[in-house]
Amino acid sequence: MIEARGLSKRFHDKKRGEIRAVDNVSFRCEPGRIYGLLGANGAGKTTTLRMLATILEPTDGTALVCGYDVVEHPEKVRANVGFLSTATALYPRLTAQELVEYFGRLNGLDEATLKNRLDVIFNRLDMNSFRDRRCDKLSTGMKQKTSIARTLVHDPPVMIFDEPTLGLDIMTARTITTFIRECRDRGKTVIFSTHIMSEVEKLCDVIGIIHDGRLLTEGTLAQLREKYAEQDLEEIFVKIVDPLQSKVEA
Amino acid sequence: MNLRAVGIVYRKEFTEWVRDRRTLISTVLVPLFLFPVMMVGFSALAVVMVGKAEKETPKIMILGGDDSPQLLASIRKLDALEIVPYAPNWKDQISNKDIRAAVEIPKDFEKSLETNESETVKIYFYDGEMKSSFGANRLEKFLKDYRDTVVRDRLAAKNLPASVLSPFTIKQENVAPPEKVSGATFGSFIGYTVIILCMTGAMYPAIDLTAGEKERGTMETILSSPISRLDLVCGKFLLVFSASLATAILSVISMGGSFAILGHTNLMNSSSGGPTLALNLGLLSVVSVFLMALPLAFLFSAVLMTIALFAKSYKEAQSYLTPMTFLIVIPAVASVMPGVELTPKLALIPILNTSLVCKEIIAGTYHWNSIALIFVSTCAYAGAALFLAFKTFQRESVLFRS
Repeated sequence: MIEARGLSKRFHDKKRGEIRAVDNVSFRCEPGRIYGLLGANGAGKTTTLRMLATILEPTDGTALVCGYDVVEHPEKVRANVGFLSTATALYPRLTAQELVEYFGRLNGLDEATLKNRLDVIFNRLDMNSFRDRRCDKLSTGMKQKTSIARTLVHDPPVMIFDEPTLGLDIMTARTITTFIRECRDRGKTVIFSTHIMSEVEKLCDVIGIIHDGRLLTEGTLAQLREKYAEQDLEEIFVKIVDPLQSKVEA
Repeated sequence: MNLRAVGIVYRKEFTEWVRDRRTLISTVLVPLFLFPVMMVGFSALAVVMVGKAEKETPKIMILGGDDSPQLLASIRKLDALEIVPYAPNWKDQISNKDIRAAVEIPKDFEKSLETNESETVKIYFYDGEMKSSFGANRLEKFLKDYRDTVVRDRLAAKNLPASVLSPFTIKQENVAPPEKVSGATFGSFIGYTVIILCMTGAMYPAIDLTAGEKERGTMETILSSPISRLDLVCGKFLLVFSASLATAILSVISMGGSFAILGHTNLMNSSSGGPTLALNLGLLSVVSVFLMALPLAFLFSAVLMTIALFAKSYKEAQSYLTPMTFLIVIPAVASVMPGVELTPKLALIPILNTSLVCKEIIAGTYHWNSIALIFVSTCAYAGAALFLAFKTFQRESVLFRS
C-alpha cells in the first residue's frame, strides 16, 4: 500500500527562484488496484513518483510504502518497490541476464532463489532467446522486457510506473500495459503516471489529476464523470486544470 | 556499510569496465606500451639518427686562406671533411643544409702566426641542426689540434716543456654508486610518469561511472534499487581506484621491462665515455614507489569521481577534467625541475611530495620521516576526497542536474 501525506518538493533555481514542483499532495493506493496519476508535462508526476521511490527526498510531508516511511527507511521502501520509467535505462555492456541478476543480488536474493526467479521471469516474459545478449544489442521491445524483469526480480508488492510507454511503439507499449494489468491481478499496489487519456481509461481504477504540483481531484472514472458531468476524460481533465479555457470553449 | 552490496556493485562495474575499450586503452594499453615506445623506441631511434649523422662526411666551405697554404693543405687532407669550392652564397647554403659549415681563415693568418699575433678563426654553422653541429665540431677539433701543434713548436723553439702551459690538471670524479647516479637522472621522470598514469588510469572509469551513468540514464535505475548511496559510492570508487592502481602497476612493470631492454641493448651507454647509466630498479624500490602511489591513486580516484559527477554527460565531464589534468601536471613537472628537493613543507603538497619522494626512492635514498609524512598526509587528503565524493552523491541537485 502507498499513502502519501502532504508530500511537497521545492527546488531552487538560480534564475527562477524557488519552484514548487509538488505541493502538499496526499493520496492512497490500495493493493490490487491501479492508481493513475494524470497530468500534463511538468505537472509534478515524475517528482511525486521519484519521492515515493525514495530517489528524491520530500521537502515537506512524507509517504508510507508498505508501512515504511520514505524519509526514515528509504532502503526498506526501495526493497519493496519496483520502479520503471522511460528514464530507467539498462547497462549497455551487461547482458539481459547479468542485468537482472545484478538487481536481484542488490535486492538481497541468494543465488538459488535468484536462479529460480530468473527462470520464472525469463519464461514468463519469453526472454530466453536474448538472455545472453548485451543490452546495447537489444531491440526496444527486448529492452522493455528486460526492464520489466529487473523490476520484478525481487517480486515487490508495490510497482511504480512513471510514463512507462512514453515514446514506445504500439506493440511495445502493449507489452507494458499488459504487464501493469498483470501486476494488479497479482494483488500488487500499482501507481502509474501518464498524460495519455486512453491509457488511464483502460488501466486505472482510481485517477488523480495533478497540475502545477497540486493534486486537484481524485476518484474512479465513473465518479469523475458524474462529478464533472462529462463523459470524455479529456474534457474532464481540461475542466479541472483550466476551468477558464473550458468555459470559453463551451 | 554493507560489504556484500559494495562487492556486488564492484563486480558489476568490473564486468562493464573490462568490456569497455576506452577504459582498457587508458588503463592497460597506454601504460604497457608507453614506456617501451618512449624509452626503447625513442632511444633506439636517437642512437640510429645520431649514428647516421656521425657517419656522414660533412661538406665544409673554406672562406679565404689563400695566403695560408699550410693550413689549407692540412684541412684538405682531412678524411672526415669534404671541402667544397667557395661560393658567395655560403650562408644560404648552410641554412639550406647544402653544406654543413664554413670556416673563415683571416687574411695573412700564417704570417700572423709567425709574428705571434693573435687572430680569430671563425666557424659558421646552423645552430640547433645536428649535422651542422657535427661538422662545426670536427672543424673546431682540427683547429684546436693545429693550435696545440703551433704552441708545442713555439715552446720547443724556446726549449720549454709542454707542461709549462698546464702546471696541473683538473678532473671531476663521481663517487656515488652507478644506481644512484642513474636514479637521480631517471627518478624524476619515473615518479612523474607513474603519477600521470595513475591519473589517466582513473580518469575514464571515473567519468564512465558517474557522468556516463547519467548520460545513459542508468543513474535513476540504480538509485531505485535498495542499495545505500554509501555502498554505491564505495563500490564505484573501488573500481576507479583499481583502474588507477592497475595503471600504476602496469606502468611500473613496463618501466622495469623497458630499462631491462635498454640495459641489454647498451642504448644507455654514455657516448662520452662516462659511466653506463644502468638503472637497477630493485624490488624494494618498485614496492616503495607502488606504496607511495597507492594513496595518490586513492586521492585521484575520489577527486575525479566527485568532479565528474557534476557533469551531465561524458563530454562535459571531459571538459571539467581537462583543467584538472593541468593542475596535476604542474606539481608533477615542478618536481622534475633542477634544485627542487624534498623539504618538510613540500612533503605536505600533494602530488609534488609523491613525485619528489619517488625520485629519492629510485635513487636509493630513504628518508623514512619524509616517507611517513607524505604517506599519512596523502592518505588524509584521499580520505577527505572520498568523504566529499560520498557527500556529492547525496546531493539531488548534482545527481539530477538538468
